[in-house]
Amino acid sequence: MKLLTCHDLAVGYDNKVVLANVNLEITNGDYVCIVGSNGSGKTTLIKTLVNLIPPISGKLKYDSTVEPKSIGYLPQKLEVQTDFPASVLEIVLSGCLNRLGWFPFYRKKEKELALRYIKLLEIENIKNKPFRSLSGGQQQRVLLARALCSTEKILFLDEPFAGLDVMMAQHLYEILDKINKEYGVTIVIISHDVNTIIKHATKVIHVDQTITFDGTPSDYLASGIGTQYTGGNYD
Amino acid sequence: MINFFEQVRDIFTYMKEPLLVGILLSLCAAILGVVLVLKRYSMIGDGLSHVAFGSFAVALALNQTPVQFALPIVMVAAYILLRLGQNTKIKADAAIALLSSSALAIGYLAGSLSSGFTADINNYMFGSITTASKTDLYMIVPLAAIIIICFIVFYNRIFAVTFDESFAKATGMHTRFYNILLSIFTAIVVVIGMRIMGSLLISSLIIFPALTSMRVFNNFKKVIVSSMFISVFCFLVAFFAFSQYSSAASIVIVNLLVFILFTFIGMLIRRFGSRGI
Repeated sequence: MKLLTCHDLAVGYDNKVVLANVNLEITNGDYVCIVGSNGSGKTTLIKTLVNLIPPISGKLKYDSTVEPKSIGYLPQKLEVQTDFPASVLEIVLSGCLNRLGWFPFYRKKEKELALRYIKLLEIENIKNKPFRSLSGGQQQRVLLARALCSTEKILFLDEPFAGLDVMMAQHLYEILDKINKEYGVTIVIISHDVNTIIKHATKVIHVDQTITFDGTPSDYLASGIGTQYTGGNYD
Repeated sequence: MINFFEQVRDIFTYMKEPLLVGILLSLCAAILGVVLVLKRYSMIGDGLSHVAFGSFAVALALNQTPVQFALPIVMVAAYILLRLGQNTKIKADAAIALLSSSALAIGYLAGSLSSGFTADINNYMFGSITTASKTDLYMIVPLAAIIIICFIVFYNRIFAVTFDESFAKATGMHTRFYNILLSIFTAIVVVIGMRIMGSLLISSLIIFPALTSMRVFNNFKKVIVSSMFISVFCFLVAFFAFSQYSSAASIVIVNLLVFILFTFIGMLIRRFGSRGI
């Protein structure tokens, strides 16, 4: 089932086009990684997909089963206030807001959901700690738990592993695999660590002013653009 | 000692309105202040008070009722400033500086072109608690009630928009509604507060309690509750203990002292463990 279709989409800020002629489809269960060099428009594309920036032209269509409130999103680390006075649980719970409808307070089932993801991301022991006292890796896991609370369908991640050590990043990759395969959540992820991400993804999108590659990881590695971008480290 | 009690009794008899308006205003300013400070809009109160000052001066020059004239202008200015924060072309701090100096200039010109600067305009600069009237009270009572109810009912949503507006918007929240609400409340607090605190000092009523609470507390709810207490406490101390001095200046000084005290307490807590507050 196609969750998302883009047709001739142009994205950018203030009518300045960053990416043009974007045609892509995201299917239920996909694990899509968006790669490309700095400033190629990856973040702008993802922000357009999650309705933060209106598209300049073209069509962006979600399947009727996907409402804005079944979208999960993990913004770039720079955009989140790391010194905010809040506890871990408060922040994870705020991901459940779109499940409340017009009800003002969290109910038992939202609290249980938050605790389930807190457990999955192994942050149970710090759930009552202040967010601002945590390390970068712990904060990132909290934000991932929040993003998971807000979706059962599609999850957009903008460089979730930037600045994390290899062990921690590896651990989070495993969690994402689990969410994708066991829970059936579609994942769209931006990563600079292209060599690692293509081992996990089922689909690679390379952007550079437009989409210059869209296909499977093995095709990507075999293509000229893939060889160049990954440094040709693969056999 | 008897003198002191007589003084207190006199205050309750003759200064009932200023006292009640002051308490409710401190409460409202403190609640909004937490959100504004955390959204990096600490200077918005300052900018808006200049806009309010400009509008008041123009209103006096045109023989209009100042509050009714200024309120819509300040509301629009508040919304524009909150929106500009998301704009990449003009930075929010630059926009506030631009707007506040222009508004001040317009106000000053309007003042000099008409009757010149009267005592009324001077009051708007530095404020005076004794000017608070029944009309102010009738405005601030419903405002305080609405702000407190909104913060209880929308608490979780306000938390989400304050912490991470992009996430809130991406996951389907109507963030614009909350920004409009915040601008309206802030505008009303600034316009009413200006006459008590003056356009030069009103922003301190908004930012001090929030900053003070954040020295010690690490939890959004506790920061809001503590800000409310600190704000009202500082107002009462200034009101009763320094009643012979300028009310606005005394409120700022008391707030500053409490801020320093809380900074020390915060340092001690971090030094000797127990980060759980």
